[in-house]
Amino acid sequence: MIAGFLTRRLAGLAATLVAASFLVFGALYLAPGSPETFLLAGRAANPEALAAIRAQYHLDDPFLIQYVKWLGQMVTGDLGQSVQYRSPVLGLIEARLPGTLLLIAMSALLVVLFGVGLGWISAVRGGATDSAVLVGTTVALGTPSFVAAIVLLWLFSVKLGWFPTIGGGQGLADMIYHLTLPSVALSLYWIGVLTRVTRTSMLDELGREHVEVARSRGIPERTVIRRHVLRNALGPISTMSGLTISGLVISTVLVESAFGLGGLGEFLARSVSVKDFPVVQAISLLIVALFVVVNLVVDLLYPLIDPRVGYGARGAR
Amino acid sequence: MSAATHVLEIDGLTLRLPRTARPVLDGVDLTVGASEIVALVGESGSGKSMTLRTALGLLPRQAAVGGSVRVAGEDVLTMTPARLRDLRAGTASMIFQDPRAAINPLRRLGDFLTESARINGGAGGERAVVRARHLLAAVGLTDRVLSQYPHELSGGMLQRIMIASALMNDPGLLLCDEPTTALDVTTQAEIVALLADLRNTFGTGMLFVTHDLGLAAAISDRVFVMYAGRIVEHGPAGSLFGAPRHPYTAALLDSTPRLEAPSERLAAIPGQPPDLRAPLSGCPFAARCAYAIERCRAERPEPENGVACHRAGELVLATVREGDRPRA
Repeated sequence: MIAGFLTRRLAGLAATLVAASFLVFGALYLAPGSPETFLLAGRAANPEALAAIRAQYHLDDPFLIQYVKWLGQMVTGDLGQSVQYRSPVLGLIEARLPGTLLLIAMSALLVVLFGVGLGWISAVRGGATDSAVLVGTTVALGTPSFVAAIVLLWLFSVKLGWFPTIGGGQGLADMIYHLTLPSVALSLYWIGVLTRVTRTSMLDELGREHVEVARSRGIPERTVIRRHVLRNALGPISTMSGLTISGLVISTVLVESAFGLGGLGEFLARSVSVKDFPVVQAISLLIVALFVVVNLVVDLLYPLIDPRVGYGARGAR
Repeated sequence: MSAATHVLEIDGLTLRLPRTARPVLDGVDLTVGASEIVALVGESGSGKSMTLRTALGLLPRQAAVGGSVRVAGEDVLTMTPARLRDLRAGTASMIFQDPRAAINPLRRLGDFLTESARINGGAGGERAVVRARHLLAAVGLTDRVLSQYPHELSGGMLQRIMIASALMNDPGLLLCDEPTTALDVTTQAEIVALLADLRNTFGTGMLFVTHDLGLAAAISDRVFVMYAGRIVEHGPAGSLFGAPRHPYTAALLDSTPRLEAPSERLAAIPGQPPDLRAPLSGCPFAARCAYAIERCRAERPEPENGVACHRAGELVLATVREGDRPRA
């Protein structure tokens, strides 16, 4: 049963990636401006040089031919040449990947820790604690990550001098130190989201009759909360955590730029502004792939969380 | 019966909730003896489930309670939380109306059965499993269900598991909150037979809340009739249903369908039970009672010889079914 489920999901994954690749490629094709104008950067246009560039990037072929050629290269692992750096895209991505992955991992950890923790306390304690958490999450949800980044930089780097203002650091410990403020800025919004989801989901479960029954059987309240309330609330929490990871990836674009971390997100933002087609396409596809894989993992986890959901069922719940 | 042989003794229990004009429970007196089955009947909202829950100290938030609720001689209302947990884990346990809602759908039934014993018993999980197997056999199920999930079983089977789990710690008092209402008719009969059987095997006293009078008559030794938070009549099952003395009991019997007289129209009780938001003076049933006199509306009837009615001495209610009952 699980083999059939996996086959179906992997086929779906491939289809999603193909559709996304078409959109990514098509969007850049339709966008105004062309890469050769950037390459020439105001210099006099030498028709021969122009033709050479256009030939190198297959810019004179019809759209569909360009797309198929590009897709063929992608599938074989050839991500093309960066227009701005004139070196293979793959190498450029590899150099920037570790910092970005660490940033996302640290942020995800913060989100799950604080999101679930605050939601839990809020649902169980109620009263003033609940109100305080609700106000806090409202602020977090209303603060764009680049605003949070500026505030954090001003307070902890400029005023207090506890953290560096710029750069990604060398070596793991130094990287973690450099990425502390960025990960806080990045996770703030998503902590708000996950806190709300955890709180609602746990309040939902707290009202269930089986929770009252567990209490009536002399189970201590803490055990009731852990084994019957939180446990049963895990479905929405895990789904939202999956979405959070995808959302964090998108937000790295802004936060990495604000902190000058030189990661993948910052690279993507700069490549868009200079029309570095191959880089934008490769990173966009990478993000789509990550999104799809995270969703697959959540779907695979779901039957473990809820035995009523089988692998045979299409999608979760 | 002396106090020592009562597994449950409710004395003048009063319960008030915020934003209500009258108590939800108003001076409830009720006893359950060892290995006795007592039925508590009444309409929805009469307070019978609330009465049942107080025996485990399961009170609504912000409830103000008075009187006493003694289980095995000890007052539940004044217990510390730790003592209350001991009571729930050992002395008394409860069976709920809808087993599908009452059992956590995400955990295995073996976990449900042994959870309380594992956490509170001190004895290892193995002894709890042995006890669970024994009780599963007693309720007519196999060990297979230990590793199954609730959604894999029928409602009747789940209610058997509920009953087995309630007996895990060998309680002296079993509280049943309409345990057959959510089940189909044949399953109902099985569950009732099972409960009666378990009373004989384990000597458990039971308080059985139901709105099904036929069921109450079939299973119980004594019956308490509740209306608007008060006990209006109580007595042995046979005499109470054979010769009701309170007009509400009689009206309740009239509104119950019977196999012997299928063509007869059911006599629904006119009007509605009194609203919690309105204060109540006199007899709570006066507004719907065909026999009410001025005194009934003004003066609250105190229970006397098991019935709380000003006119209990003069009314002959047993003939009511024959059809000359005045309509309000």
